[in-house]
Parts: sequence; C-alpha cells; structure tokens
Amino acid sequence: MPIALTRIDDRLIHGQVVVGWGQPLNIGFVVLVDENVACCDWEQDLYRMGVPPEMQIIFADVATAIRDYQGYASDPRRGIIVVPDIATMKRLVDGIPNIKDVNVGGIHHRAGRIQKLRYVFLAPDEELELRSIADKGVRVTAQDVPAARVVPVAEILGPPPAEIKSA
Amino acid sequence: MTSSSSESESADSHPRPRAIVAGHGTFPEGIITAVNQISGCGDVFLPISNSGLSGSDIESTLREASADIRVFFTDLPGGSATLAVRRLMRTDSRIVLVTGANLATLLEFVFQPDTDPCEAAKKSAEKGRAAIVAYGGE
Repeated sequence: MPIALTRIDDRLIHGQVVVGWGQPLNIGFVVLVDENVACCDWEQDLYRMGVPPEMQIIFADVATAIRDYQGYASDPRRGIIVVPDIATMKRLVDGIPNIKDVNVGGIHHRAGRIQKLRYVFLAPDEELELRSIADKGVRVTAQDVPAARVVPVAEILGPPPAEIKSA
Repeated sequence: MTSSSSESESADSHPRPRAIVAGHGTFPEGIITAVNQISGCGDVFLPISNSGLSGSDIESTLREASADIRVFFTDLPGGSATLAVRRLMRTDSRIVLVTGANLATLLEFVFQPDTDPCEAAKKSAEKGRAAIVAYGGE
C-alpha cells in the first residue's frame, strides 16, 4: 500500500502524528527517519513509548530508509514516514523517486528562521531546499492536521527569486 | 509585625505551584480553570502549553519551569510534552510523570496538600483512571 503521508515535523512522534493523522488514516506503522535517533537506543525507547501498541514504529537512517522504501510501500498496512527537517527530506527525495508528495507538518521557531505559517518557520537555506524539492516535481504542501487547509508550496515560500527580480 | 503578617497571608494566598500541567493548546490552562472552579486550588498547578514550540523548546521550557517542581501531569501519552518530560527524567530520577491526566486526577492531587507531591501524584493517577467510565449504549 502506498505510504499515506511523508512528513517533515521537528517534533517527530507526537499527538498530531500518532492521533491527528494516525487515527483517521488508520496508520499501522511509522517510519522515523533521523540519523540521531537511528543510532541511539535510548532515543528509540523514548519514541517507542509515544506510539500506541497497535502501531509499529521503525527507526531508520536515510540510507536505510532509501534501501527499504519499497518494502514500506508494499506493506499491506498504511504507513507514515516522518523526518525532522527539510535537509533530511531532501536526501530522502533525492534517493527515492517514488516520493511524489511531501507534507510540511511542523517546523518551529528558532534563531534565523522567519515565520511562514503558524507552524512553519524557515531559514533562507531551508527555503531553498524546500523549493528544490518542489522543483523535482514533488507536490509540497503544508498541513499540520487533516482538518486544516492544505497550503501549497508557492503560498509558503512566495514567488521564486527570479520572478521577484523580474517583477 | 503587621507587615510581616501581611506578607505571610499574601504568600499563603498565592502558594507556589506543586506540579506542572503540560499539554496541547489551551488544555493546561483550561483544566486548571476547572480545578479552580471546583476546589479554589488552581494555584497548585503551573500550566505550560506546547503550542508553537519545537520539541527541544518544549523541553527547555519545562526544564526552566521545573527548577523546584518534580511532578508533571500531561494530557497525552504520546504527546510532545510527555516526551519532553521523559527526557527530563533521564537526568532527574526524582521526577514523577502522570500522563493522560483528567480533571479527577488533578482534583485528587490538590486535595492531598500534606502528602509528598510525588506520592500524591501516584495516588492521583489511580483516581483519574477510575474516573473514566462508559455508560449506556445498549
């Protein structure tokens, strides 16, 4: 079954993912793709307690996720892939042409980031990376929870720099 | 003397929080408002919302707020506030975390003012669990 949601969310496993998306989409497993979590048993234990017993959680670094993606996509259960940041998603999209949709679910404030949406703050280099993902033909949208409005990437980022210059 | 007495009364009327209630949206403030409506003891809790915060910011906010508080109540077992408290517990084994807290949980806690807060929290969890009952539907 195709992956139901491929999401960028700096909180990784939390209420919006496990309950907000997990229940209406009837999610059977979550693939958490994070280099730091993939190599740390303690971090994995922490996130494992964040999912209900009926939901499997799989930990992977980017290389493993790329290698195993077809297995995730052919699983009879519905799955979510979640990554912590745009850079990780860019590596994933570069390695997995079958990813056609990317959900920006939560990138919160920190120094150097500018607010784009209530739940999306981006630094200039992150804007470029997100645009480069979209430029590959991937449908990039922002939506924190299923009931929220789907915000297209053009609305998140505004017009490309070239269009701004020519305007 | 009078001044000292007034300060004492003032301190009594605004006791320091004994526990933190953390969770989604306005859950912390809302449930504490309900506690206060029933018991008049909402001051027992310090509300902290995860709204607009990254996971690391939730953790640092809770860490700062919990300098002398060891009891946390959170709304959802898999929520970001719960995970943040679990991170705090990694370096402070004295912390007690109660997840899935409801109004009965918090009321039980406020009515144990003389019990050690950590012990009171554990008893409160039992009370809160017992308060969830489904009726009807036949």
